[in-house]
Amino acid sequence: MNVVNVAIVQTKPRKGKYRENLRDLRDVFAQAGADPVDLIVLPEAALTGYFLEGAVYELALDSDAFAGDLSAAWLETNPGKDVDIVCGFYENCDGTYYNSAVYLEVANGNASVKHVHRKMFLPTYGVFDEERFLSRGRHLETFETRFGRMAMLICEDCWHAIVPTIAAVKGARILIVPSAAPGRGIEDGGELTSITRWRGILESIAAEHGVYLLYAGLAGFEGGKGMTGSSRIVDPHGRTIVEAPPLGAHIIRAPIDLAEIDLARATLPLLGDLHAVLPDLLADEELPLR
Amino acid sequence: MKLPVIEPQRDDITQAPSINPELTAQWLEAFLRDELIAGRSIERAVVGLSGGVDSAVTAYLCARALGPKNVYGVRMPYKHSSPASLSDARLVSEALGINECTIEITAAADGYLQFEPDADARRRGNVLARVRMLVLFDQSAKLGALPVGTGNKTERLLGYFTWHADDSPPVNPIGDLYKSQVWKLAEYLGVPRALIDKAPSADLEADQTDEGDLGITYAKADAILSRILEGYTNDQLVTRGFDRGEVEIVRKRLDSTHWKRHLPTTAMLSNTAINEFYLRPVDF
Repeated sequence: MNVVNVAIVQTKPRKGKYRENLRDLRDVFAQAGADPVDLIVLPEAALTGYFLEGAVYELALDSDAFAGDLSAAWLETNPGKDVDIVCGFYENCDGTYYNSAVYLEVANGNASVKHVHRKMFLPTYGVFDEERFLSRGRHLETFETRFGRMAMLICEDCWHAIVPTIAAVKGARILIVPSAAPGRGIEDGGELTSITRWRGILESIAAEHGVYLLYAGLAGFEGGKGMTGSSRIVDPHGRTIVEAPPLGAHIIRAPIDLAEIDLARATLPLLGDLHAVLPDLLADEELPLR
Repeated sequence: MKLPVIEPQRDDITQAPSINPELTAQWLEAFLRDELIAGRSIERAVVGLSGGVDSAVTAYLCARALGPKNVYGVRMPYKHSSPASLSDARLVSEALGINECTIEITAAADGYLQFEPDADARRRGNVLARVRMLVLFDQSAKLGALPVGTGNKTERLLGYFTWHADDSPPVNPIGDLYKSQVWKLAEYLGVPRALIDKAPSADLEADQTDEGDLGITYAKADAILSRILEGYTNDQLVTRGFDRGEVEIVRKRLDSTHWKRHLPTTAMLSNTAINEFYLRPVDF
């Protein structure tokens, strides 16, 4: 399949009301499924809200149970339709808790989990306190889907240039980024400076590696902290082709042509260059790898 | 031949922090709608109108977020309050078309103060602030509304407010804005000129001004505070152009008032101490 119909659902969940938010998601799925859609992406902590503190232990779910809830919500509103869904959630894996995202494939009425990514970089500074409550993911895996190889990076994972770089080197052609970004910076310009920073990071990653970036941002205020939404699809040339506003729940959608990835890489073969040089860079004895 | 040398323009860090007022207003309106309507299912706001710029900006933001008919401005004069405070508060409610009421607090405050004839200005000021908060919370209960706070970041950082009074409303749209930023937001929102131009005052005593009390102008205090919060030391600030005496005034006030920006200190005795071990966000 060369063209993938992507819908990014920018959610504005009610804090901690997982079941109610899941019920609302059925309506969103019904709306999203009324038009051609192959891949739906939702934000980090999309159905609970991001800042949960100790309540994360009450709301975290086993990944299979969460995937089951998602697929049931989809099949109830779109019986018989195939779709892939990515959604961020707090995961309880046998009593160890992660900030995770699941990639779910629904095909022929059956759902299968293709991958679960556990956030590796847990921000624990300033307004953030993730590592107080959660454990770090230890692996960055790419995985095969019916639309090609992908990787998921959650929020701060994306702020370390080496993470998307490794994902791209490992073959990912689409990077999916569920995120929850509290906005700040009112000094200048027409938007919050934190939004400007995110845009620069995402467009830079896409242009450097010739990958699609699918960024789903959480929206809504959580105890005064406004999540900046701004969900966007960035093409492999580094151009934002569609974006949501910072405030409120939205769906953005676009058909993405996977052939653009090869065109972008032919024009700017930086990833190929990196493949050639990366072994030399990593063999550097000054690198503190262990 | 000499080549032209190009160097970056150095930021003048002695200026008060800037603001994009349109963006800020939009963000704060969304904040108020989310916190009151989406978060608490409350559509009405009560704002104490002092005649100053902070409460005026708060009332303007509430009116934009909730609609003027859902905003209640409460004027709460004491017998010594300046008549200008009362008339300036009226300018706000008239300009916005919000509801307005006037509740004289003299009887309530003096009901207590008559037994404390030796109370100094500071104690009397605190009593007035706490009576006003009593009124705002009760009016909110009567109206099915939420009291909305009007304290700005500068006074919060300098501890220039009455603890558990000015700072007690559960929602505050301007608490992360320095006073200089509040003024710029006021201009953008169209707050009456008289309120923007007059010297800020707690109006607890005749001829009192905030800047007189603090010993520094807001513009300078805001510049110093913003840099201290970014991590600059006193010496670094002086090196970059600030006056050492003014830096020390601000630093001393900031460092001596951390307690005013916290909940009461509670003795911890268990593994489930509230807000130490048992942690739940305010909106959970």
